[in-house]
Amino acid sequence: MIEVKDLTKSYGSFVAVKGISFRAESGQILGFLGPNGAGKTTTMRIITGFMPASSGTVVINGLDIFTNSLEARRSIGYLPETPPLYSDMRVVSYLNFVAKLRGVGRSQVESATDHVLKTCGLTEMAHRICGQLSKGYRQRVGLAQALIHDPPVLVLDEPTIGLDPRQIHEIRELIRSLATKRTIVLSTHILPEVSQICDRVVIINDGAIALEEQLSELPTGTSLEEVFLSAIAKEGDLPGAGAEETLEEVGAGRSQA
Amino acid sequence: MRNTLTIAGKELQGYFVQPVAYVVLTVFLLLGGWFFFSLLQHFAEMVQMYQMMGGGQQAEQLNLNTQVIGAVLHNLSIVLVILMPALTMRVFAEEKRTGTYELLLTAPIRTGEIVAGKFIAAAIFTLIMIALAWIFPLILMLFGNPEVGVMFAGYLALTLLALTFVAVGLFTSSVTQNQIIAAISSFGILILLYVISWPQTGGDTIKGILKYLSLPDHFSTMVRGVIDTSDIVFFLSAILLALFLTQRAVESARWR
Repeated sequence: MIEVKDLTKSYGSFVAVKGISFRAESGQILGFLGPNGAGKTTTMRIITGFMPASSGTVVINGLDIFTNSLEARRSIGYLPETPPLYSDMRVVSYLNFVAKLRGVGRSQVESATDHVLKTCGLTEMAHRICGQLSKGYRQRVGLAQALIHDPPVLVLDEPTIGLDPRQIHEIRELIRSLATKRTIVLSTHILPEVSQICDRVVIINDGAIALEEQLSELPTGTSLEEVFLSAIAKEGDLPGAGAEETLEEVGAGRSQA
Repeated sequence: MRNTLTIAGKELQGYFVQPVAYVVLTVFLLLGGWFFFSLLQHFAEMVQMYQMMGGGQQAEQLNLNTQVIGAVLHNLSIVLVILMPALTMRVFAEEKRTGTYELLLTAPIRTGEIVAGKFIAAAIFTLIMIALAWIFPLILMLFGNPEVGVMFAGYLALTLLALTFVAVGLFTSSVTQNQIIAAISSFGILILLYVISWPQTGGDTIKGILKYLSLPDHFSTMVRGVIDTSDIVFFLSAILLALFLTQRAVESARWR
């Protein structure tokens, strides 16, 4: 379970995240939506303990990420915006390294690596050097390292970016199957992705929550696209400019999906 | 401890797949060999000259340790001022630039373990480098009769000096994501610590402090063969201070 309360992050005078609160329950996939620069990545970095919040709290399965950081970090699997690969390591030794780092027992390191290589479709790439992988495979290795210690909480920053349509389908299926006993938060630009795999959606715009809703409770007959556009238009100071940018993104999302 | 060893192991493997480390190693040994060759040749000429002039006593006063090994070590210490920043500049800066820093800082490990692991790996590489430079004393031992104790003290001095450079290099790398900035600032700090006792003005207290901070003062005492606890304490505390500052710099990412 992830509980975010009144989270604020400011860089000098610029406030990137303005007091947002939401909850993600176990067994649930929460889709984190918003235009570029809305504060999605910042929020995810705070949730995973990479950077501290200026104020507010994040509680992961009952442990505060700031005051009880080490314990809380144990239960998180995190795929950052750019997959954190060491370009001169082979995939298999990289995954072994991450497994040890995340506290997988010595005797289980190899089986954990084998397992994620299989689930992420990387078995044939196991002995390739990370720096020589294509974007799609880098993304899969990034996902594999997030899953390696079988964490109860998964935070995925744009997990399907850079993948081809078949891979997108596979990874979505994988995320769906992982959700049964885990809490998953994922950010994305692709709206159909949210309607396909998420249970709950949080739309943030300009650092504040514009909408938080169970997908099943969205008004019938309206597409997520309409909901998204109206949610971020309400908040924007310049609705015209905001909508234009958003339409571009939606278009891009569609062609990717 | 386990996490420290995990990081140290991964880092150490990293050194052996990286061209920079090999270049540093090669340059270090090539220049060392050149110094050794020319100093030894000069020494042999001097011995011959004194003998031809009939100055047997003066020839006996010539010392293989001070004139060859000591001089080689002094020259190598300057070479290390330039090479060690190149070896350590990427340690943190590269992780920040490529995004793997996020992996390290979100893993359930302490920042102290990260710093210790990275230092141990760099230290082991440095020890290998200096161990290979034992080839020069070994050659002398094969063909002459140098004093082993003095050479040992000298190599210990070079090792402590190099480890101090490593710790300073880790610190400058931890405060930036630009490798060039990391290298140049650690180069600057090391050069400053080399020349810090140059000003001859000021009271005795200031002169004393500057002399205490001066790296070559501690280094040359040991190269002469005098292992003084205060010199060893100086190097060890410099290493610990730099590592402590590194840990603070890494930890500062978590400060509100």
